[in-house]
Amino acid sequence: MMRPASRPAHTLAVLGWWLLAISLLVVLIIGLLELIPIFRHRGSTLADTPLVNTPPSTRWIIIGVVLTGFTLIGTFAYSMVVMGETVSPDGQPALTIEIVGHRWWWEARYPRTRSSGSFTTANELHIPVGVPVRLQVASADVIHSFWIPRLHGKIDVIPGVRNQFWIRADSAGRYRGQCAEYCGLQHSNMAVYVTAESADRFRSWLAAQSRPAVVPPDGEAARGVHRFMETCALCHTVRGTEASGVIGPDLTHVASRATIAGGELTNNRGNLAGWVVNAPSLKPGTLMPRIDLEPSELRAVVSYLETLR
Amino acid sequence: MAAVSAEHASRSSERISGIPIDEFPLGVGGTASTAWWGMAFFIITEATLFAYLFFSYYYVGSRHSQWPPHGVPEMRLAVVNTIILVLSSVPMWLADRAVRRGRPALFAPLLGAVLLMGVAFLIIEATEWSRQSFTPATNAYSSLFYTITGFHFAHVTLGLLMIVELLCRALVKRIEVRRPLAVRNVAAYWHFVGVVWVVLFLTIYISPRV
Amino acid sequence: MATVAERLATVWEPPRSVYSTLASVDHKVIGKRYLATAFVFLIAGGLEAAVIRAQLTHSNEHLLSPEAYNQLFTMHGLTMIFWYAFPILSGFSNYFFPLMIGSRDMAYPRMNAFSYWCFLFSGVFLYTGYAVGLGPDRGWFAYAPLTERLYAPGINMDFYTLALIFLTISGTVGSINFIVTAFKLRAPGMSLGRLPLFMYGTLTASFSIIFALPSLSVACVFLYLDRKFGTHFFDPVGGGSAILWQHLFWIFGHPWVYIVVLPALSFVSMIVPTFARRPIVGYTWNVLGVVMTGVIGFGVWAHHMFATGLSPMAMSFFSAGSMTVVIPSAISIFVWLATIWQGRVVLTTSMLFALGFIFLFVIGGVSGVVTAATPFDWTITDTYFVVAHIHYVLVGINLFPVIAAFYYWLPKMTGRMLSERLGKWNFWVMFLSFNLGFFPMHISGLLGMPRRIFTYPAGVGWDTVNLITSIGSYIFAIGVLLFVINFFWSLFNGPPAGDNPWDASSLEWATSSPPPPYNFEVIPTIGSRDPLWEERLGMGRRSSLRRGPTLAGSGKETLQTSTLDGEPVAILRMPEDSIWPFIVSLALLAAFYGLVTSVWGLALAGGVLTLVGVHGWLWPSRTAVEA
Repeated sequence: MMRPASRPAHTLAVLGWWLLAISLLVVLIIGLLELIPIFRHRGSTLADTPLVNTPPSTRWIIIGVVLTGFTLIGTFAYSMVVMGETVSPDGQPALTIEIVGHRWWWEARYPRTRSSGSFTTANELHIPVGVPVRLQVASADVIHSFWIPRLHGKIDVIPGVRNQFWIRADSAGRYRGQCAEYCGLQHSNMAVYVTAESADRFRSWLAAQSRPAVVPPDGEAARGVHRFMETCALCHTVRGTEASGVIGPDLTHVASRATIAGGELTNNRGNLAGWVVNAPSLKPGTLMPRIDLEPSELRAVVSYLETLR
Repeated sequence: MAAVSAEHASRSSERISGIPIDEFPLGVGGTASTAWWGMAFFIITEATLFAYLFFSYYYVGSRHSQWPPHGVPEMRLAVVNTIILVLSSVPMWLADRAVRRGRPALFAPLLGAVLLMGVAFLIIEATEWSRQSFTPATNAYSSLFYTITGFHFAHVTLGLLMIVELLCRALVKRIEVRRPLAVRNVAAYWHFVGVVWVVLFLTIYISPRV
Repeated sequence: MATVAERLATVWEPPRSVYSTLASVDHKVIGKRYLATAFVFLIAGGLEAAVIRAQLTHSNEHLLSPEAYNQLFTMHGLTMIFWYAFPILSGFSNYFFPLMIGSRDMAYPRMNAFSYWCFLFSGVFLYTGYAVGLGPDRGWFAYAPLTERLYAPGINMDFYTLALIFLTISGTVGSINFIVTAFKLRAPGMSLGRLPLFMYGTLTASFSIIFALPSLSVACVFLYLDRKFGTHFFDPVGGGSAILWQHLFWIFGHPWVYIVVLPALSFVSMIVPTFARRPIVGYTWNVLGVVMTGVIGFGVWAHHMFATGLSPMAMSFFSAGSMTVVIPSAISIFVWLATIWQGRVVLTTSMLFALGFIFLFVIGGVSGVVTAATPFDWTITDTYFVVAHIHYVLVGINLFPVIAAFYYWLPKMTGRMLSERLGKWNFWVMFLSFNLGFFPMHISGLLGMPRRIFTYPAGVGWDTVNLITSIGSYIFAIGVLLFVINFFWSLFNGPPAGDNPWDASSLEWATSSPPPPYNFEVIPTIGSRDPLWEERLGMGRRSSLRRGPTLAGSGKETLQTSTLDGEPVAILRMPEDSIWPFIVSLALLAAFYGLVTSVWGLALAGGVLTLVGVHGWLWPSRTAVEA
C-alpha cells in the first residue's frame, strides 16, 4: 500500500486509502460522540447526579445502524469490484512461472520459450516489466506464502493444493518479498527477490539461465568440480553435469544471484564458504548439513561455484 | 408430591405464589427439570461433534476423484448393527415408561435387554473393524472411517456404562417411582446414539452407493 | 432460636478445612478462583509478550533462538486467548449470575467446581510442558502440516492438542451451567425481558461454545491421531487435507473471538447505565445486537483463509458475512452512546475504562472491516496489521471491560473500594500506552512486516515502528501493574464499600458487600429491569426485595422458575460440597499426562479413575431427593 509498483498493487492501494479514510472518519465521529457528553457533564459525581428519568429515544440507534449498514454495503461493493480486477491477470500473461516453496527457500521453474529452454532457479526471479506474469504455486513440505508486497497480494503455498495467482511490475527494479505464512524455525529468513526488467534484458536473462553450466577447464575451480560431484551433487542440480539432486536449490547459475541461503546472505566468497562448510551455524534448522571439507577443498569448491554464472 | 417434613412445618407460614411452602413442589420432573436440560445440552454438543466429523468426511471426500478409495464398503454387518441398535431403543423406551408408570419390576429386565443388544452391537462393530483390509493409518479415508465409527463406539460404550449405573441403582433399590428422571435422561442419550448411528450408516455405507 | 440469617449461614457455609477448600461448590468461591487464576495467566502471557518485544525491538536481534521465540509467541497466544480471555469472563459470570437473578446458586454447583478444576489443571498441564522446554511452538492456530509428526517431532504439539481438549471440557460444562442457570433459576417475576444485560452476553457466548468447541475438539483429536498413530487427516500424501485443519479450526476459532468479547460487552451494558444515571436506552436492541453477533459469527470463518486459494464466490460470501457481522456490534455502540447522551455522565474509573473500551472497540472494528475487504486482505493478512487488529479487539473488547468490571464489582466482592485517584492514573497509562504500542503495528503491517518472524533485517524500514511498539508495550505493562497495586491497596486500605456504592440498579447491589454465603435472605420477586431504581424512576415499587420465601430449611435450597416468564415452579435442593469434581478432574489430568507421554498404562488408569469418580459423583446420597 505504501509504494505500489504495479497496476494491481496500485488498485489495492487506492482501496486501502479509501478504507483508511472511512475508518478514520468513523473513529473521529464516534470519538466526538463520546467526548461531547463527557465534557458537558464533567465534574459530576454520583452524589450530585440524581437518576435521569426521561423516556428513552431509540431514534439515533436506528439512524446509526442504518448509516453503518450503508457504509458497509458501499465498502463491500467497492471491494468486490477491486477483487474482480485483481484476482486474475489483467491481460494475457507473458509467461507462467511455477513456484515451489521449501523450508526455507523458493524454487522457481521457468517454461521453455522460443529463445530459451526451460530451467529451474532459486530465490531470485526475473520478470519482464509492464506485463502480467502468472504464478502457479505448490509446496514441497509445509504451508508457505508467496508475497512481493509492492507488486500484489499474497498467495498461500499449500501442500496437496495447486494455487494460482499473478504479479506484474510496472517499473523496472528489484523487489523484495518474504514468506508470509509461519513455516517453522527459519520462516523469518525465507526472502525472495523479483527483478523486473525490459523485455530485451529479460530475454537475455532467460537465455543465460537456460544454458547449461560451463565446465571450468583447469585451475582451482576444476579441482572443485570433482569434490562437488562427490558431495554436493546428492542434493543439488547443476545442469550439464551429472549433478542432479533435487533436495536443495538448483545451482547451475548460482553465481548470477545476489544472495544465497534463502535470500538472506550476500553472495560473496566468504558467505559461500561459510554456508558450504557449516550452514546450520548460519541458519539453524536448515536442512543443509555441515560438510566436512579440508580448507583447500573448500577453496576449490567455492571457486567452482563462482564460475556458475 | 413432597412429603411434609419437620423442617417444612417450621416455616409453613411462608407462601410461594400463594401456595403454602410445605405444599410447594420439591423438585420437578419431566422436561422442566435442570437434569433434563443438562442432558439435552450434552446431547446437543455431542451431536455437533458428530456433525463436524461428518463434515470432515464429506470435505476430504470432495477432494478425491474416487471416494471411498477402496470402493464401496460392504454393508452386511452394518445393516445388522443398524437393526440391533435401532431396535434396542424399544426396550429402552419401555424401561423409561415402566418407571414413570410405577412398574419397577419390569425395569431391570428391560434395561438388561438394552444392555445385551448394546454389547452385541459393539462385538459386531469390532468384527467389522477386523474384517477391513485397511488400518487407521492406511490413508485419509481409513482414518476417517475408524475415527468416526470409533467415536460412535465410544458413545455406545458410555451409554452402556450409564445403563449399568442404573441397574446398580435398581439393585440397591434407589430407583423408586419418585426417581424417573435419571432413566429418562439415559433413555434420551440412548436414542440419540441410535440416531447418530443411522446418520453414520447413511454417510459411510449408503452415500457411496448413491 | 436461630434467626433465618443464622440458619441460612449454617446451611450454606461449611466450616473451613482442607476438604472444604477442595470440595467447595460455592459459586462465589469458584468465581473468585476463576478470576485469580485467569489473572495469573494474563500476567504469564504478558511476561511472554515482554520477552517477545525485547527480541523484536531492533533488527537482527539475537536475544532468543528461533526455537525459543517460536515457543514464546505460541504460548503467548494460547495463554491469552484460551487461559485468560474466556476464564476471566467465566469468573465474573460465575460470581454474579445467581446474584443478578435472585438465586442462591448455579444450576449445577458440582459441575461448576469441575469446570474450574479442569481449567486450572489444563493450564498446569500446558505449562508443565513449557517448563521442560516442550512448549507448543507452531503458533496458536497451529496450521497443518507444520504440526504433523514429520515436521514437528517431539511432543510439544501433543501438549497443544491435549491441553486444548482438556480445556474444552471445562468450557462446555461451564456453558451448559450458565444456560440452565439463566433459564431456570431466576427469581419469581424476572421474565426474560427483565434479565440483566450481563446475562445475555454470557448466554450468547455459552450457546456459541456448545456449537463451536466441538470443531476444535475434532481438529485436535485428528491432529493427535495423525501425530501419535500415523493417521492421515491433514497429510496430503496420505489423501488428507491441510486445509481441513484450517476449516475446522476457524469454524471454532471465529465464534471463539466473539465468545471472549460478548460477555465483556455485557459487563459494559451494566456499567454504562449506572454511570449515565439512567436505565439503558435500547435494551431490546442491545439483546438483538449481542445475539445476532453470536449467530452471524458462525458464518464468517473463511475470512481467515482469503489467501489460501478459495474461489471468488466463496471469498465474496465470507467477505459479505464479515461485513454484516459489524452491524449488530454497531447496535451495541449506538445503544451505549444513546444512553450516555440521554443520561448524565459520572466519570468514575470504571466508567473511564468503559468509555475507553468503546473507543478501542471502534478502532478494532474498523480495522476488522479493512481486513474483511477481501482483495485488500491479500496485502495485510499474515502481517502485523492483523496483529494490531487482534490486539485492539482483544485488549480493547476484553481487557478494558474486564478492568472496568473489576473497578465496578470488586467492591461488591471484597467489601472495599479501590482508589479512584490511582484508578485514573491506571486508566490513562493503560489507554495511552496501549495506543502507542499497538497503533504502529498497523503501519508495520502495511510496510510488509509478516507475522511470527523472530527477527527482521535492517534496512527494510521496520525498525522505528518496532521500537515505538516495544516502548508502548512496556509502559502498558506498568499500567497493568498499577491495577494490581490498586487491588492490593484496596484490600488493606480501601474504604468500606457498603451495599451499593455506585447507586446501581441490579439485584447484586441489594446484598451486603461481600454477599452472605446464601446470597439473599429472602428470595426476591422482580417487577422491572431496574429493581433498585423503581421508585425513583416513577414506576412505584414493583419488586419485593425484603419479603418473600426464605427457604431456610435443613438443606441448601433455591427456587426454580419457568423459562420465559419466571413463574415459580419448584423448590430445588442443591448439593453439598463434594470432592468428586476435584477427583474426576485430577483423574483426567493423569490420563492426559499418559496420553502426551504415550504411557498408555497411565492413560488407562486415569480413564478408569475418571469413570469411578463420575460414578461416585452421580451416586445419589441418602438425603438427596430426586429432582
